[in-house]
Amino acid sequence: MTEPAALGLGGVMRATIRRELLLAMRSPGDVINPLMFFILAVVLFPLGGGVEDAFLSTIASGVIWVTALLAVMLSMDSLFRADYEDGNLEQLLMSPQPLYFLVLAKVFSHWLMACLPIIVLAPVLALMLQMPASGITALMVSLLLGTPVLCLIGGIGMALTVGLSRSGLLLAVLILPLYVPVLIFGAGVVDAAINNMAYSGLLALMGAILALAISLSPLAIVAALRISVN
Amino acid sequence: MWQWLYKLGSPKWFYDLGNRSLPWLWGVTLFLLIIGVIWGLAFAPPDYQMGDNYRIIYMHVPAAGLMKGCFYMMALCSAAVLIWKVKMADIVAKAIAPIGTMATLLMLASGSLWGIPTWGTWWIWDARLTSSLLQFFIYMGIIVLRSAFDSQDTAARACAVLTLVGVVNIPIIEYSVEWWNTLHQGASSLGMRDTSANPPEIWIPAFFTGFGFIGLFFIGLILRSQNEILWRERRTQWVRDIVTDTVDHGAADA
Repeated sequence: MTEPAALGLGGVMRATIRRELLLAMRSPGDVINPLMFFILAVVLFPLGGGVEDAFLSTIASGVIWVTALLAVMLSMDSLFRADYEDGNLEQLLMSPQPLYFLVLAKVFSHWLMACLPIIVLAPVLALMLQMPASGITALMVSLLLGTPVLCLIGGIGMALTVGLSRSGLLLAVLILPLYVPVLIFGAGVVDAAINNMAYSGLLALMGAILALAISLSPLAIVAALRISVN
Repeated sequence: MWQWLYKLGSPKWFYDLGNRSLPWLWGVTLFLLIIGVIWGLAFAPPDYQMGDNYRIIYMHVPAAGLMKGCFYMMALCSAAVLIWKVKMADIVAKAIAPIGTMATLLMLASGSLWGIPTWGTWWIWDARLTSSLLQFFIYMGIIVLRSAFDSQDTAARACAVLTLVGVVNIPIIEYSVEWWNTLHQGASSLGMRDTSANPPEIWIPAFFTGFGFIGLFFIGLILRSQNEILWRERRTQWVRDIVTDTVDHGAADA
């Protein structure tokens, strides 16, 4: 048996992402459930609110964004829960590598699994809600910039509550107020595109929020994980 | 200065300081509030547009100030908890949270009451209103998170992290809500920014009630912190002494 080769930072991040993706392949529920929730919840709106084209196209951007946001929030449980229960999280915290990057890799792989399918499917649902075609690109770009922020903020909430046995509703109370800016800008981008207004400024703001979230929230997640795991 | 800060970190010292300052605080606060309320409600001239409706600002504006101030103070305490592990800072942060929540609620409620006759509606999705509502949810989140933990130490640090995250988010929320609103409808000039347009008889009473509210805040802060100190330090001798003293006096009075 040979000594495991010392991995650089990039290697460790790659290994973390690989592990997360492998785990997701083995239990695909973590990938499929948020997507199914997203589809089902979007479908509820025409059923409950009415199927008139004019009505649907007014609410389409809001419905897609709110539902995607809720789906991401509900998916957060799989970010740390299993690792907390089987002790992997303690190993992670004891690792000699900078936790900041390990956490970032974990959140990134979570985003790949939980959010990317939603982003890919969002245009289909948007068309079902009679969203004008001019809004579709904006919808995808805004989701692409917004959902990583949702994952990062949700990661803070999850890290704070992972030690508690029933944290579902608590997580919602903690992070939904923090999700509001992403929702406002995200849905705003789509509305602006539909109304043929310039939206690059809003996208730039979303990008700024994403940069802020990438640089700061891993710090908060690490601090919260240390508190939760003790 | 540093020694004073250091002493402030000691629960017993804080408790005694509270006892010494409470009578003064009560006196000054009641003086300010009585003057401000009587002046504001009875003697300040009615506004030429809003009539007597505007008088609710004597409560509304101080409450709004507390909403912000409480959060910043909680943030400072949270930093002290995380960086220096100051026990007192967590006690103070815990004591402030419900005060800030109540101030936010008072501000929303008084604003709604003012809105009915003035705007013709008690709620609109105005930037200011929405961000205050979100502030209320953030306060609630911190309170709920604290109650979810069994361990006092874990709760302290978890709440501190959440409070600091909230601080980062507050300017983002403020601006997003403002821009969101202007995207949909013209900005309404509903604010009270142009105080210069009002005569001093109108805004001077607001100073009295404003400082009165700050006094009320410190009274609430001291009382709540003292209760918390007594509970957390219940195994120490000095708390036992206080308790037995009170019991003895009670027995003697009866």
